[in-house]
Parts: sequence; structure tokens; C-alpha cells
Amino acid sequence: MSTAGLRFTESHEWLKVDGEEALMGLSDYAQHELGDIVFVELPEEGTAVSAGDVLATVESVKSVSEVYSPVAGEVVEINGDLEDSPDLINTDAYGDGWLIKLKLTDVAEIDRLMSDDEYEAHTKG
Amino acid sequence: MPYIPNTDKDRMEMLRTVGASSFDDLLTNIPESLRLRGDLDVPGPLSEPELMMHMERLAGLNKVPGEVTSFLGGGVYDHAVPAAVHHITGLPHFYTAYTPYQAEVSQGTLQAIYEFQSLIAELTGMEVANASLYDGATAVAEAALMALGIQRKRRKICVSESVNPAARAVLRTYLAAWGIELVEIPLEGGVTDVGAAAGAGADAAAVIVQQPNFFGLLEPVEAISAVAEETGALLVASVDPISLGVIRPPAEYGAAIVVGEGQSLGSPVAYGGPLLGFMATNAKHARRMPGRIIGTTTDTEGRRGYVMTLQTREQHIRREKATSNICTNQGLVALAATAYLSILGGTGLRELASHVLAKSHYAASELAGVPGVKLRFDGSFFREFVIELPVESSVVKEALTDIGIWPGIKCGCYYPEMDNCLLVSVTEKHSRRDIDSLVSGLAAVLATGEA
Amino acid sequence: MTGSEKTRETIVEPTIFELGRPGRCGFRLPELDVPALDPAEVLGAGNVRQAGPDIPDLSEPEAVRHFTRLAELNHHVDRGFYPLGSCTMKYNPKVNEDAAALPGFTRLHPEAEERCCQGSLSLMYHLSRHLCEISGMDAVTLEPPAGASGELTGMLIVRAYHTARGNPRSKVIVPDSAHGTNPASLTLAGYDAVEIVSDDEGRIDTEELRKVVDEETAAIMITNPNTLGVFETHIEEIIEIVHGVGGLVYMDGANLNALLGIVRPGDIGFDVMHFNLHKTFSAPHGGGGPGSGPVGVKAALAPYLPYPVISRDDARPEGRKYHFDYDRPESIGKVHGVYGNFLVAVKAYAYILSLGPAGLRRVAENALINANYLQAALREHYDLPHGDYCQHEFVLSASRQKEHGVKALDIAKRLLDFGVHAPTIYFPLIVKEALMIEPTETESRESLDHFAEVMKEIARESESDPAVVQGAPTATPVSRLDEARAAKDLDVTWKRRNA
Repeated sequence: MSTAGLRFTESHEWLKVDGEEALMGLSDYAQHELGDIVFVELPEEGTAVSAGDVLATVESVKSVSEVYSPVAGEVVEINGDLEDSPDLINTDAYGDGWLIKLKLTDVAEIDRLMSDDEYEAHTKG
Repeated sequence: MPYIPNTDKDRMEMLRTVGASSFDDLLTNIPESLRLRGDLDVPGPLSEPELMMHMERLAGLNKVPGEVTSFLGGGVYDHAVPAAVHHITGLPHFYTAYTPYQAEVSQGTLQAIYEFQSLIAELTGMEVANASLYDGATAVAEAALMALGIQRKRRKICVSESVNPAARAVLRTYLAAWGIELVEIPLEGGVTDVGAAAGAGADAAAVIVQQPNFFGLLEPVEAISAVAEETGALLVASVDPISLGVIRPPAEYGAAIVVGEGQSLGSPVAYGGPLLGFMATNAKHARRMPGRIIGTTTDTEGRRGYVMTLQTREQHIRREKATSNICTNQGLVALAATAYLSILGGTGLRELASHVLAKSHYAASELAGVPGVKLRFDGSFFREFVIELPVESSVVKEALTDIGIWPGIKCGCYYPEMDNCLLVSVTEKHSRRDIDSLVSGLAAVLATGEA
Repeated sequence: MTGSEKTRETIVEPTIFELGRPGRCGFRLPELDVPALDPAEVLGAGNVRQAGPDIPDLSEPEAVRHFTRLAELNHHVDRGFYPLGSCTMKYNPKVNEDAAALPGFTRLHPEAEERCCQGSLSLMYHLSRHLCEISGMDAVTLEPPAGASGELTGMLIVRAYHTARGNPRSKVIVPDSAHGTNPASLTLAGYDAVEIVSDDEGRIDTEELRKVVDEETAAIMITNPNTLGVFETHIEEIIEIVHGVGGLVYMDGANLNALLGIVRPGDIGFDVMHFNLHKTFSAPHGGGGPGSGPVGVKAALAPYLPYPVISRDDARPEGRKYHFDYDRPESIGKVHGVYGNFLVAVKAYAYILSLGPAGLRRVAENALINANYLQAALREHYDLPHGDYCQHEFVLSASRQKEHGVKALDIAKRLLDFGVHAPTIYFPLIVKEALMIEPTETESRESLDHFAEVMKEIARESESDPAVVQGAPTATPVSRLDEARAAKDLDVTWKRRNA
């Protein structure tokens, strides 16, 4: 899937903005590094977060990674399919493997994040 | 050196191979000023016969059943252990193996622990269980920490005063460092005062009860469970696995976490160690459990196999965020429990529990017939009961110990208002004659005024 | 898991739930010689179990064969080499098992009167004294039932010490090479972990340490020799830095085997430490316990030890000389229901007596010689990030093999095909593709030579035929197991599996 238009963080989260809301997930690079993902712990809907807060944890067999909120906002939806099929993150990181839908406090905050080209350069560096 | 193969000649050659001219060359990283001068001041070396003679002499200084008749319990019980159990745990394949890090060469240990978890789930009625904890006391503390992990906004634990005093002591130690409030629920007639529990339970992460309790009494678990549910606290039940042959399993009265002491399943009393802690819960809390958990999977050929699973909860991966620091647990003792329950079977366990019930009730009614002696509490009991004496229990215990009878645990050690009370424990190993000798011994001691 | 997948599965050994028949029993109870009772009548119908437990009924031969077949699927020290770094998998002397099986020990109830327990109390008293002598500490508790429990106990003692001086302090420093139990234990004791980066040689970087140490530093936890098998050469300076701010220095005794009779931690400034009787002192590991994790402290910390402590009072009448002292007002409390894993203490005590002072020193010497000999044999064939003389263990890296697609995990699995156990892998975390090897003193030179040959063969295979290594093991009872599946399709009890 194309990553055009997505925004990325140094800690490998992606964000797809649609008006005042944004879907977020883990990058394909990150899922590949983690290997088979076996469990995802997601926040409750309605949780308010600041940029840099731990939003979720993603577990492979032998590692645990924390997922940080790239921006401030409120959790409006979580991907319930991940409870039974955490491997969606492995198979479709930018699609069905999304984690959380956020309502953004300040849409302008996304300007701090990397573009897909910048992110690609970041992971190769 | 019986256990150290390489000789001085081997050593010299090996040192030469690594480019060292003497052993001290290997110590270049240790500043000389830090090294020990001279020898350690410890005894030995002893040859094997000398060592065994010494060990036999020490063991001989202890007094044990055979020389005496013991009615001691309080969480550690002297049940008959089928010979096959220690022959199984005595297989070097089991006892000289490490924690099963390499699953492909540890299937024996792994499957046995899976069977242990399954048996604990079966006994307690819960869905999942872990591979063991150190003992029943630390299991209670771990259950409290687990409840706090599930109920993150609550900073209080309630525990009934009828929970084993040692378990409450360990719980206090574990909770103090985190600044968690620990509330003890008082008793009424030897069991948890449900009204007091209702008051104390508010804001608690968990309410902890023991069934049967420290005095052997059956707790009003249904009512306590209702209190826990009302206040939003998790019910933690500490249970006696032998009793579960006849007593209702804790899953049926709403326990969220079940723990207990499993020593009575095939292990000797061994001066209180090794013991065996166990823990069970429901599937939704599986990831909050401390300790090792074994799960099934398949190998590349489709064969069923067993591995340590959910390891991301554990200290070697999650470090300071782990559910607990436990790694080594009580693997071999869990194997003993698994072998023991396999040999008894469900039929055998039910029969055993009913014998314990019958014998303890016989003992209680006979003891209550001794002049001046009465049962302290009226409630239903299993295996253990409290008798009240006309004098201080320590005097009676001393006098009976002199004639080779250990009548029970002095309750006053743990409950100061019960100085005249003894906690008497009866198992299937006690014959009617053993019980009758306790009864007549006690009667004689009280009558002659030795006490 | 779906039904069709289940039926595809083949079974090496059925579980007990798939064995036996109702009504069989491997056990005969004594005749009931008191009146039988109806449980529902005595206990109340509401308290009585209505069904189950659903435990299969097996006869004794069925049960014994089941567990013996399971046993044969295990690798174990009596069978062969077990170079698990940091686990000290030494041979377990048989006489220790006999000593611990004496009825005078196994049948003693913990609530027996003290005058009936003098043998056990004397043994534990003297074992504590010997551990003090070996470590240079002033007092020892045997109560913690495992190493991690010892760490927690030690950290709680640290907390009690500082609390008595007005401030428990808030943080404990751990190097990044530490065992995961260290940060987990200090967290349980209510502290925050502060991790410091090791220097290029894998040692604690004293400059880094100076940066993080302050008045809130309660302690530093140090494994010495560290998990790379390297002695902390600057240990005096490290201790001085931490003591300088009033902090305490904790030693994780996992690697004490390397120091026996050579260095006493108490002499060089450590304040508190734990021992692993199931590592250094030869008690078998039991496939995951029971262990024993005694804690030793300097005199200033002794008041905080868990209660009870064993005291000797020669003024008491013979037969009551040794006793448990519960009157410890400053104690951290209890950390175990009774007083730890007594039978493990029996084995450690027997071990110390059978070796004596010269034997203990020889344990450390031969452990070091064996490790260095093996390191020298393998350093050409694998990367060795820290190449000095090691202490009792060393860490290789499979980075070179990884260029051919062979990971440390693959090498570990391939070793199993040759009948030896794998080293500890992916630990310490600061070495990539780590293979941590601890041979111990109980291996003969021939055993080390054999292992070295196997490791060299695997290094060759990694270049010439990586698929063989990646596909290992094949000579084991099962081939490589799918750990991801185990975590995803969670099946940890038979009941749940069949629910």
C-alpha cells in the first residue's frame, strides 16, 4: 500500500489525518523488526493523551514495544479486530492493522512529523 | 576431587594453551589488593562416609513422626506420599535439568508443568494456572500485586484475619514498599465478619479470604463474594487443594484469583521448605499472572509440543515493568504434585478428602469430651479445628511433647487472645489409635495437674 | 485452534488426561477406622463439591511409565554438557541428595518445638556462618526461597536502612548488562530503576555513574563478575562513588562461583548480596526450582533482615541452644511462609563440607580455567566482543554467522542436535546475537574439547550449508516449536483447551 500522505514519527508510528481525526498505527518497518505480533493492548475509548504518552503496547513472542502518541488528542476508536488477530499489523500495517483513531487537539501539530520520504530516509540511516 | 575432573596436569596444559603461565595470570583484572589472602575458614573436606555420618547425626537431633505422634498443620501437612512420587521426582532427567529454556530438549519438564497447570485449573474450577510460585504465603502476596495491576486506580488490599498469619506477614512485607494500605478484616466466631468486610472493602483492589481458613473453618464465601462484587474488589481465595476433593471449588463462588499451598500434594513437610505456591485465574487475566506459564503449540512437523509462553510479562523481557520478579519457582515440587494427583486420580482424591473429614471430626468430638476441654468455634470445619483448654496451651504442649505427642499449634503465637487454644490437624495417616492416644494423653496431663 | 487443526496434530506422549480409566487408582488408603460421614451433612450442602474434579484415574504403573517417558525427553546435567551462561549448571553431587532425603530432615514439621529441631537449626546456623565466611558478610538469612526473592529481600533491607535515616530515597542504579530480575526486584521494593550504559569493555562506566549518582541514590546493583564474565576492575572506585552519597552497594551473587576463595565481596566494600545455593553451591535446579536465595549483609544492615533469624545461645540448656528469634523490631518482615527452602540448604551445607576451603577455591580456579580454555578454542571461529581473560564465563557473538543468515537462535538449536545444551542466548542485551557460555568446573577437558569441536562444525556449516543450521534441531524429540502460535492461541490448561 502506498504511504503517500502519511505522517511518521521517529519511534515508527504513522498517522493518517482526515479532517480533525487521524488513524494511527505502526510502520511496516517496525512490524518487520518486531516479528510475529501476538498481542496488542489498546487504551480505552475516551482516553485523553498528550504527545509522547504511551498509547498502546505491542508484543511479539520475545519483545514488548510501547506505542507513543505522536500528537495530543482523544482516543475515539480502537481497532477491535486486533484482539483476535494481532497479526493484522504484520500483514497490513497501513490498512487493517491500524491501532487507534484519534481526535486531534491541534491539527497543526502534525507538521512536526516526518513525511513518508523523510521516514524512509530515517529508517535507512 | 570427586566432582572436579581436571587434574593439576590438565590444568597446567590448559593454562599453557591459553597463554597463561600460572592460574594467577587469569586474575589480571582483579586488583591484587582485593584478593583474599589465606584460606577460607570453613570446615572440611569430608569424605562421603564422614559427611553422611555427620548429616545423620544432625538429622538424628531432630524429632520426627515415628518417634512422636504429630497433629501439627497450619498450612503444612503430613500426608502419605506414594513411593512412586519420589521415584519420579528422583529421576535425574527432571531434577538435574534447568528451567526449560530450550523447549526441544525439555519437553518432559514442559509437559509435566502443563499437566500441573491443568490439574490446578481442574481442582479450583478456574480457566488458567501458572507453573507455580514459591509457597502459599508468597502466592497470596503475588495475588494482591496482580489485583493491584488489574485495578490500577485502587491502592488498598483487604485481608481477613483468618488467613494464615504467615501469608499475612509476607503480604505486609510486599505491600509496605509500595505504600499500599492493608486492611485486616476482623473475625466473628472464627470466620470473617461479613459486615466488617463490607465496610473495609470499599476502594479495595482485592478482598483476600482463605477457605477453609487458618482454623479449619469454612468461611461464608458466598456473602464475602457478594461484598467484593458490590465494592468492585476482586475476590482472592487461598485454598487447600486436598479439601477441594469434597469442598466446592472457588470458581463457583466468584473468586477472580485463586492461590494456595500445594505442599500437601505429594511433598514432605521438610521443616517448611520446599513448599509449593500455586495460582489460577480466568482467561481474561492470564496476562496479569506472575511467573512462568507453559502453553501448547506445534513443531514444524505438526507434532504437539510445549513451550514457555506469554514470556513478555516476565522480568527477562519486561525488566522493571514485569508482572513480578519471579523466575526460578518450585518446578520439582510442582512435578511431585502432578505425579501425586495422577496416582490418586479424582476418585482417590475424593476418598482421601472424605477420610480426612471423618478423622478430623472424630478427633474433635473425642477431644471435646475431655473434661475442661471444648471446641472453640461452632462452625463447619475440614481437617483442622481449635480446642480451648483450661490452662495455657504452652504448658500442655510441653507436657505432651515429653510423652511423644505434638498436640497442635499454639494459637496464642498468632492470636494473642487465644493463649489457651491449640490448632489440631488430622490427616488420613492418623489412625484411630493415634487420635485416642492424643485424647488420653491430654486427659492425663490435665488431670494430673502437670499442666 | 480449530478442530481440524487439532486432529492433524500428532502426539509424542499423551497427557495424563488422555490416559487411565475411571475407577483405577495407584494408591490405597488405610482402612477408615472411624465412623464415615456424609460431607453434605457435616459441611452443609452449599459448601460441598457437586462434581469432579475431573482428574483421570491411573494405576501406579501407568503413571510411572508416563512420567518416565516424559523424563526421557529432557536434557539434563547427568546426561551431558549444559553451558547455560549465568546459570552455573554444575554437576549435582549424589550424596547431597541422600543427605537431604534423611527422614530426620524431611519429616520435621516447621511448628515442632525448638527442642525437637536442634539438628535443622544447627545446620542452618552453621550454613549461615559459612556463607558469611565465604562472602565476608556479617549476617545471613536463609529465608528467601530463590535468587529473585533474595534480590527483593536485599532491596527491602536497603529501603529499611535509608528509611531509618529519614529518607528511603527513590532510585537504584543498574548497569545495562544486568539480569532482568534486578530492575524487576528493585521496582517491587518501590524504587525507580536508573540504567547506565556500560563502557566499551562491558564494564560499568564510572563517568556515567558519576553523572547519575546523587542524594536520591539508594543503591547500585552490581553483578560481579558481570554478565559478560568480566570482573569490574574499578569496583573500588564504583563503591566509593556510591558510598560517597550515602548509597549502598548490592551484589547479585549469580556469578559467585568465580570468586570462591579468591575475593570476598564483603571485604571489598559490598554492603548486601544474595547467594544462589542452586548455582554456586551445587543444589540441583529441579527443572525450575526449588532454589534458595540467602541474603548476606554487613553488620549495620543486620537489624533489617527478615524475621525470624537463627540465634545460638550457649547459656541455654543443651538441646535448646539454637532457636528462632522473632523479636526483631526493625525487620523488613517475612518474605516466605516459613524459613525458605530448607532441603536446598541441606544440600549446600553438605557441599561446603565435602569440599572444604581448598576445594572451594579449586572450584573457582577450575571454573576460570575451563572458561578461558573454551574461549581460546572458539575465539577464532566466532566474534568475541570482549577478548581479555574472562572469569567463569564469556560471551560470543554470532554476528559473523548472521551474515550468512544464521542467528544465535539457530546455533543454539543446532547444538541440541549434537546432544549438548545450548548456551544462554540474546543475553546480555548489550551484545548482539549473544551466546553466553559458562562451562563450570565440573566439566572435564575432553568434554570442553568435544563442545569446541561441535561449535566449530556449526561455524563451518553456517557458511557452507546455513539451511542445516536454520532448520535445526532435527535429532530432538520435537523439531523447532512455533512460539508465536503458543502466544496467540493460548492453551495453558487441558480444561480450557477442551472447553
